[in-house]
Amino acid sequence: MSNKLNLDGLTTAFVEASSEEGLQYSAELLAGEVPVLQVSIADREEFPVYITIDDSQALCVSYLWTEDDVKPECRQQLLDDLLVMNLPMPLSAFSKIGSRYVIFGALSTSSSIQDVISEVEILSDNTLEVFETIDEYLQESVTN
Amino acid sequence: MSILRKLITAVKGGATEVGEAIVDSQAIRILDQEIRNSEASLVKAKQELTNIMAQKMGVKRKVDDLNTKIDEHMNYARQALAKNDEGLAGEIAQKIAEFQNDLDPQTALLDSYVASVKQLKETIRKTENSLNTMKREVAIVKSTESVQKAQAALASRTSGSNSSMLNASESIKRIKERQTHNADRMNAALEMEKEASGDDLAAKMEAAGIIGGKSSGADILSQLKTESK
Repeated sequence: MSNKLNLDGLTTAFVEASSEEGLQYSAELLAGEVPVLQVSIADREEFPVYITIDDSQALCVSYLWTEDDVKPECRQQLLDDLLVMNLPMPLSAFSKIGSRYVIFGALSTSSSIQDVISEVEILSDNTLEVFETIDEYLQESVTN
Repeated sequence: MSILRKLITAVKGGATEVGEAIVDSQAIRILDQEIRNSEASLVKAKQELTNIMAQKMGVKRKVDDLNTKIDEHMNYARQALAKNDEGLAGEIAQKIAEFQNDLDPQTALLDSYVASVKQLKETIRKTENSLNTMKREVAIVKSTESVQKAQAALASRTSGSNSSMLNASESIKRIKERQTHNADRMNAALEMEKEASGDDLAAKMEAAGIIGGKSSGADILSQLKTESK
């Protein structure tokens, strides 16, 4: 049996894990061509972390805001700030999937389960931190 | 077009609707096809390499054989000359010339095989590298597509199938309110615990002067002043 990360093992680990900071997780494995583990954190359910594992890496992704959420006049400044934040921000980086901004961390498939749990915790903290930082660039409400 | 550029094109920028495919499945199919083509050409290149290496070995054997024969016949020629048999030495020299004439094109052929093997190995290495990169990047695109689907499913589950998900600011506001609420709840719980343990009553009685409070420097000073009067 290889010691490579797998989603089944992670699902169990998250259900059992309760971080030192007291974060409570719930994990749901979603089947599909590429299975996805959806990890929700108590009191932060709006921003779950999605985990996928392929041959080369485990990817932890959390969605931030959509292009529609950004005040048009602030877009340039937002992108600039995100680029600057990318380096000092611990373990996470920004990207876009379609029109959605995401924050993500990538781990080697030989990482330990504890590494992934720490990654998810930091990713979730970073998510809240980023909102705090760029709050002024976002629309108060979206008109669909 | 570079692989990365193709992937940027494959991941559509405009898909904003919940449930709308984020990845252009046609583009991914094309990339998958390119991976398969690369794999096929890699297999072909490896077969070619095996063939060329086999041919190279055959030619190398011939070259070695001819060189050995030339060396042997040079020796024979020397022996014939030592015995003053010019005629025989001449015949042997003639044979050596024949060997040499055979050897020259074979040596050229061997050199070209060596060069081909080197070039093929380099091509195979490059193809393998780019194939791995391509596979890794397509895997990431497929992963993000699945993540997108999962997120869309969650959004429609939490806010009804036809409405879009909560706006980001609203979501973060909700989390903050919840955090404040939790902090308030914790403070209230602490308060209740204090009351239950009687700390609060003691504080009230102390404030009313019914029970004595803690000594302060000022109290002691005023006590000393009263004593010395």
